[in-house]
Amino acid sequence: MTAPALQLKNLNKAYGALQVTKDLSLEVFPGEIHAVIGPNGAGKTTLIGQIAGNVQSDSGKVFFAGRDVTALPVARRAQLGLGRSFQITAILPEFSVLENVALGVQAHHGHSFHFFKPAATDESLNSKARAILDTVNLSHRTDARAGNLSHGEKRVLELAIALAGEPKLLLLDEPMAGTGPEETRNLVEVLKSLKASIPMLLVEHDMDAVFQLADRISVLVYGGIVATGTPDEIRNDAKVREAYLGEDETA
Amino acid sequence: MSTTLLAVQTLNGMQLGILLFLIAAGLTLVFGVMDFINLAHGVQYMLGAYLAVAAYKLTGSFWLALPLALLAALACGLLLEFLVFRHLYDRDHLDQVLATFGVILFLNEAVKVIWGAAPLSVPVPELLNGSIRLFENFNYPVYRVALLGTGLGVAALLYVLVTRTRVGMLVRAGASNAPMVAALGVNIRRLFMIVFGFGAMLAGFAGIMAAPILSVEPGMGDNLLILAFVVIVIGGIGSIRGAFLSALLIGLVDTLGRSFATDIARMLLPPSAANDVGPAIASMLIYILMAGVLFFRPSGLFPVRTA
Amino acid sequence: MTGTAFLFRNRIVPILLFALLALVPAYAAFTDDRFILLFVTRILVLAIAAVSLDFILGIGAMVSFGHAAYLGLGAYAVGILADSDIWAAWISFPVAILISGLFALVTGAISLRTRGVYFIMITLAFGQMAYFTATSLSAYGGDDGLTLWSRSEFFDTGLFSDDTSFYYLVFGVLLAVTLLLKQIAGSRFGRVLKGAKQSEARLHAIGIDPYRYRLAAYVIAGMIAGLAGALMANQSEFVSPAYMSWQRSGEILVMVILGGLGSLHGAILGAVAYLSMEEVLSGYTEHWRLIFGPLLILVVLYGKGGLLGLIKGGDKS
Repeated sequence: MTAPALQLKNLNKAYGALQVTKDLSLEVFPGEIHAVIGPNGAGKTTLIGQIAGNVQSDSGKVFFAGRDVTALPVARRAQLGLGRSFQITAILPEFSVLENVALGVQAHHGHSFHFFKPAATDESLNSKARAILDTVNLSHRTDARAGNLSHGEKRVLELAIALAGEPKLLLLDEPMAGTGPEETRNLVEVLKSLKASIPMLLVEHDMDAVFQLADRISVLVYGGIVATGTPDEIRNDAKVREAYLGEDETA
Repeated sequence: MSTTLLAVQTLNGMQLGILLFLIAAGLTLVFGVMDFINLAHGVQYMLGAYLAVAAYKLTGSFWLALPLALLAALACGLLLEFLVFRHLYDRDHLDQVLATFGVILFLNEAVKVIWGAAPLSVPVPELLNGSIRLFENFNYPVYRVALLGTGLGVAALLYVLVTRTRVGMLVRAGASNAPMVAALGVNIRRLFMIVFGFGAMLAGFAGIMAAPILSVEPGMGDNLLILAFVVIVIGGIGSIRGAFLSALLIGLVDTLGRSFATDIARMLLPPSAANDVGPAIASMLIYILMAGVLFFRPSGLFPVRTA
Repeated sequence: MTGTAFLFRNRIVPILLFALLALVPAYAAFTDDRFILLFVTRILVLAIAAVSLDFILGIGAMVSFGHAAYLGLGAYAVGILADSDIWAAWISFPVAILISGLFALVTGAISLRTRGVYFIMITLAFGQMAYFTATSLSAYGGDDGLTLWSRSEFFDTGLFSDDTSFYYLVFGVLLAVTLLLKQIAGSRFGRVLKGAKQSEARLHAIGIDPYRYRLAAYVIAGMIAGLAGALMANQSEFVSPAYMSWQRSGEILVMVILGGLGSLHGAILGAVAYLSMEEVLSGYTEHWRLIFGPLLILVVLYGKGGLLGLIKGGDKS
């Protein structure tokens, strides 16, 4: 068995008396999309924070790219190849779409203490940024101001920025939130085409998308994982139906 | 350094602290609730003092001048809100800085035109003239004692207002999350106006109270404005309790520092060097204090803002 | 974004501005008006400080309320060295720049841990510390300051002592500083600063911690303002703690906001406008602030983006 790209071991996090992550362990293996689903308040946002590094875990370990990253800050984890999209879109609105992605490429090139060479015309940044925009089907908006994109386009841009860092793993926090059906279809296609090269941890509310994309699904309830399995196994798991899908099927 | 001197300077320090609190209370609320940087808050203190002078000249009585000047200060605050400030609420901080700086220039000059550049004063009212014996060999002017008492009273009143009334609740909610309060259907513009008018009146009140003991002159609000900003930053923006405690702290540190820094420096340095270093250190103390507080608590001692 | 107004604001305005400033000595000679030469020299010195502040404020979103401290540090470096009979500019200027850079490094490292208004206030605090330190330097005049008996010397050239050549020196420094900072603003380094201003979380997520970049920018700006201070000591042949007062810091801040943030040449425009308005209005009435104050308010209320914003605004698509 190959080594996991991301491994969480017995993570815990409490805010006061409220235990939001409970003894949580999971792995993401190369070539797979591992989805985490769960009702609101299950602790998904905190979990994302613990993996990305914004939230300090009380105990437990995060292993990424073959090393223990539990104590590393956000930027260091990103440098090691942890790419992410945010639940609430975090693009750079005053930059053009190209500049947004080019900054991602630039970050991957090492430090940015280059004071003189103009960045805007730097082909070593721009050509790669254009190629990525091509991959995610956003090249028709290359020169648009990022703040003027539609919501769905912004979600795609988030993904493009993350890809610019040549990530070894993508951490996707509800990438489909608020996108239209057309845009969701595009995102699903793009993610499918990428998963062979980049494993992903996907937190998502859109169940159709999750069942289309995920190789394995973990169900999070009250900070703990109640079940992990293939989409079919999860669909038929009694505990899951009770805790989570029950309401969904009557809808 | 004698105990009498220490006692006098402690009282003086508390008095500065009380004045600072009256100014800082409005500043921290306006900033906390409306996210509005009002550099012109200091001139409202100055305006209060000048209005007291004018009202005293008119009536010849401190007791008549006090309510008159207070109302006039409130009116001036509301007028400024109507003319300038309300157009700046949804602008960024730098626009607010520039525009309120313009207000400072204008008002500092306006009082010079109206009342002249020379320092003015209001006599201490008859009733509060003289001094009282606090303990043996130690007399202290009645007016200053009264000022301390009044200030503490206002602080207590303000505390009750903010923690016990509906408007106070809205103000506290607004300080921690203004968009939420607006979303709940509260008339935020009116809340802003109330907070603003109230803040202006408090600053004006500080000016009126200071008029009999400090010289009333153009620009008298500028340095106090900076001190008030130091106070609210140390206290945590939007926190009345923080403003009160840090106002007293700043008042005491500044006053005691100025009276004793040179003596303390003399213990460590040769006299001539101590005479140079002492006053400089004394003036720096509050800024060192602020830098230190922000180093360990980047959002002040009593942070309010949630986001 | 490449409309004609954009072109006008970002190409033609700065070229016109520098062209006009280059002609000032000729105009002064023609009209035999020495005052205008000295006056514009003073404007340009402060413009250098304003441009450096705009670099951290307009591009890096760091609102420093203690920028005058660097003017003072630079000026005192020249003044104190002159007091020890060291007049050579090739010694005093590098010292001024280095000391300012060092002060920026230490205070910036602490200040940049805070955000927003807390940053404004902590930079003010360090500015005030510098100010009160200067007032305690009784060997160098204390509160009253220090008069220089002559300007710095640059070998035997008279570069500093002749008013016209000194003007061109200051002009050259301003031009060089503006071009340098514009270059940096467009570089990878500048892009990180601009990005951090928009979303710090995004920068972290792509693997960039903006702190070191901000600190570097803060030090660069401090060194340039220190250079301006060294020039200021020469311009007025006088050094005093008043150079570092918070009022002076506020004035530079107002110049930058007045001109329009982030373009660098806007700061020059702001310095020219602020100081000439002061000069012109105070010629009419001693109470010029009665007019100037409301003018500032009107610029804010009706001209988003400062004076540059007034120039055919509204092209932002």
